[in-house]
Amino acid sequence: MRMANMIKVGMADLNICHSPDAITTLGLGSCVGVALYDKTTHIAGLVHVMLPDSTKVRQNQNKAKFADTGIDLLIEMLEKEGVRKQSLTAKIAGGAQMFAFSSNNDMLRVGERNVEAVKQKLKDLGIRILAEDTGLNYGRTVEFYPETGDFVIKSVGKPVKTI
Amino acid sequence: MQEKSIEFDVLTEIGNIGAGNATTALSQLINARIDMLVPKVDLLTFNELAEIVGGAETLVAGILLSLEGDVDGMMLFVLESSAAHLLVDQLMGISSSYSKEGKGFNDIEESALKEIGNIIAGAYLSSISSLTNMLITSSVPYLSVDMAGAILSVPAIEFGKMGDKALLIESQFKDLDVDISGYFILIPTIESYERMLRSLGL
Repeated sequence: MRMANMIKVGMADLNICHSPDAITTLGLGSCVGVALYDKTTHIAGLVHVMLPDSTKVRQNQNKAKFADTGIDLLIEMLEKEGVRKQSLTAKIAGGAQMFAFSSNNDMLRVGERNVEAVKQKLKDLGIRILAEDTGLNYGRTVEFYPETGDFVIKSVGKPVKTI
Repeated sequence: MQEKSIEFDVLTEIGNIGAGNATTALSQLINARIDMLVPKVDLLTFNELAEIVGGAETLVAGILLSLEGDVDGMMLFVLESSAAHLLVDQLMGISSSYSKEGKGFNDIEESALKEIGNIIAGAYLSSISSLTNMLITSSVPYLSVDMAGAILSVPAIEFGKMGDKALLIESQFKDLDVDISGYFILIPTIESYERMLRSLGL
């Protein structure tokens, strides 16, 4: 068997992977990592969402950046690999508020809004969220393993979490 | 292209003057000589942004202030965690130990760090204020010690509303004995950014 690779997804970026490879994105802060998974084919995709809504931003060419267009594009890529949308499930992580602002400055509530937007989009598509690790005030590195469906979450000074 | 380079020159100059003032303030605060390297203005992709501080998972201290007045936005001051420990120890008169590298900060160290951030940012902002003749006020400082990618996601998201790149005014300074790299990231809202350039005649 060939060596398993770890596929990296950057900020405002997305990709897919086949078992035994795994897929990761590093240092999620207020962004949300959305892992979509088909357990029958062991194919998964991961998108690193930065902003909730592509229709609110003029510069919206990069589809991976937004919850709405990013999830759509990821599903398109997975379908090209023969995955059926109906068999997809999701695990999500991130959406932290990195700085403990008390003000109602809209710039700072973006983590929360990202999580809400991702959940709404998945609900609209009928994709069930099996597990989530969202909110709070710390960064997360996530790794998704399509072989097992494990979503591994690493944070500074905290034990590694598998959801 | 020509216009862009003038814009860049102006922003570099803002960075230069701001960082110069900030470095002086920092020198006085910790009572040691600190040299500043010439700041750079860069237009970076989001992923390059995290690379400047050594990768998305590097442990850093970020001190964030929100800006109000004629310039809305945020200002972020980022230090590698080891550099932050050095500064805090120097401020508190404790001899530095490298064993603290990669460790967190206690409550007293956290407030010292916020104070460092406050003074540095204040010096930086007041020079931008006088240069542009614009009133800029800042909030109290907020601190987060975490992975660089997570902390830099805050400015990256803000820039994400405008495009796929972030404008970074990067200033590095160094102690006589040890390198202390610090990065200022000024994050004006798109409207404020345009106002700033206009006030400078651009």
